[in-house]
Amino acid sequence: METIWGILEELDWSPLWISLKTGVTATIISFFLGIYAARRVMKAAPKKKAFIDGLLTLPMVLPPTVAGFFLLLLFSRRRPLGIFLYEKLDLKVVQTWLGCVIAATVIAFPLMYRNARAAFEQVDVNLIYAGRTLGMSELKIFWRVVVPTAGPGVTSGTILTFARALGEYGATSMLAGNIPGRTGTISQKIAMVIQDGDYLTAGVWVAVVIVIAFVVIAAMNLAAGRKMKTVKRW
Amino acid sequence: MGLRVEVKKRIGDFCLDVRFQSEASRIGILGASGCGKSMTLKSIAGIESPDAGVIEVDGTVLYHSDRKVHVRPQKRNIGYLFQNYALFPTMTVAKNIEMGLKGTKQERTERVREMIGTFQLDGLANRLPGELSGGQQQRAALARIMAYEPEVILLDEPFSALDLFLKDRLQQEMMELLSDYHGIVVMVSHSRDEIYRFSEELVIMDQGRVVTAGRTKDIFMNPKKKEAARLTGCKNLTRVRRLDAHHIEALDWGVELEIGREIPVETSWAGFRAHEFIPVWGERRKNCIRVCLAGMAELPFEKNFYLRPEHGAENICWFLQKDKWRMLEEKGLPDYLQFQEEQILLLEE
Repeated sequence: METIWGILEELDWSPLWISLKTGVTATIISFFLGIYAARRVMKAAPKKKAFIDGLLTLPMVLPPTVAGFFLLLLFSRRRPLGIFLYEKLDLKVVQTWLGCVIAATVIAFPLMYRNARAAFEQVDVNLIYAGRTLGMSELKIFWRVVVPTAGPGVTSGTILTFARALGEYGATSMLAGNIPGRTGTISQKIAMVIQDGDYLTAGVWVAVVIVIAFVVIAAMNLAAGRKMKTVKRW
Repeated sequence: MGLRVEVKKRIGDFCLDVRFQSEASRIGILGASGCGKSMTLKSIAGIESPDAGVIEVDGTVLYHSDRKVHVRPQKRNIGYLFQNYALFPTMTVAKNIEMGLKGTKQERTERVREMIGTFQLDGLANRLPGELSGGQQQRAALARIMAYEPEVILLDEPFSALDLFLKDRLQQEMMELLSDYHGIVVMVSHSRDEIYRFSEELVIMDQGRVVTAGRTKDIFMNPKKKEAARLTGCKNLTRVRRLDAHHIEALDWGVELEIGREIPVETSWAGFRAHEFIPVWGERRKNCIRVCLAGMAELPFEKNFYLRPEHGAENICWFLQKDKWRMLEEKGLPDYLQFQEEQILLLEE
């Protein structure tokens, strides 16, 4: 027991904050991008729809390291986009916290997009028609009617996105690396200390992750149960 | 005042091609499911885009394919009552009503309060639609429409989702709520009772086309077209051969009928409503048909007899009100049914 307290006292909590910060930022970006993409894809013509849908879902299906490989290719400072970002906007992606966010966003985004789309497709089209005849703008219909009606689906999508972003490892380690205090997330910390044979520290971080996971699941169940009191279910 | 609708739209194999014009303020569209009446209504509201056509309300062009006019549904100032009411499920009744309103927050709140009162929704303002009964939902949906004072209100099968016993009450209620409304109301329904009760003018549709249009009472009295007769509830229809100006042969019933008024040359069908037969015992009279019983159904207030004519192929329906049942108990089934000649509907295909 004493060793655990010792570890806790000396523990560098930065991986927790880096992970949470990355997770929250990636979730916020994915939330709006995912909803926007879901809306656009729903309105697209069937063939275009299938293509874009495949492209947007790809990061979820590919091994994260493959996504990481593509991200590296894209953002490397020897490549056009990387050069442009660095020279014009003074933005570094590789080996920075921005890299963490981008990797987590790309990997987690499909969860948001797919959940949002599935939820939107369930929305009764008459509600949208009704909004139009009532004189509501398309944007107002979307944010005031469609998104809230699809609420439970959108919420669970958001939470899953957060969970996935929080735990991102493969693509993050390739794009952002594992620089303690800057890009060192919990997942990377665990992998690192295990390699050093420090199972106790790993265990502490595992416990932290499990606590977060339970909170996430509880939040998801609460969200799914909310506003559904009007529908009886078995 | 007036509504002009010319809509062409092709959806797969189905081809919608309706045109009608009406000066009435209460218009009914009657047709079987899938005849395109909902699509017509949606085109008027601008929710669906026709392939071609013209839509005008009181002289204002809302849609004109040749002139490339297509007013957005948001700008048409038309109210649409959906079959399932389409109340926004996550908003309270008050919020729902407010959605269609313009103006300052105070004006909107005031208007919402007014509508809540008019539509007897007191105490329900803060409920969600899912917590309301069917009738309350309908009133809330109607309040939401009436709140912004549209020029036209479209009712899409407004009573089809309701229980039978509620239907009658809500029909009456809706008539009262709409009685102060001075715009045009178009109601779509497959129920002839609803349509008859509601509309001054009637459009009958079948398979994407207008069969007939005109004053509701006239159409019910003299449907002229076979499909119109069927949709206005005429149970007995037969192909006929016109023998001369006053005689027809009813081919499916195997009987010859004599008619005092002149029979139009185009007559190819005849109809007779199931309530109008006169039962005859003993001697055969003019325009009588000999029948034997093929089946019977007893309803709370009516008996339905399905009778096979002596020389015909099609069964004849005869509906008898409860107060006349005694007659049958005393004398048994009649030997003949007599067609009252003025009630025979002379129809075209």
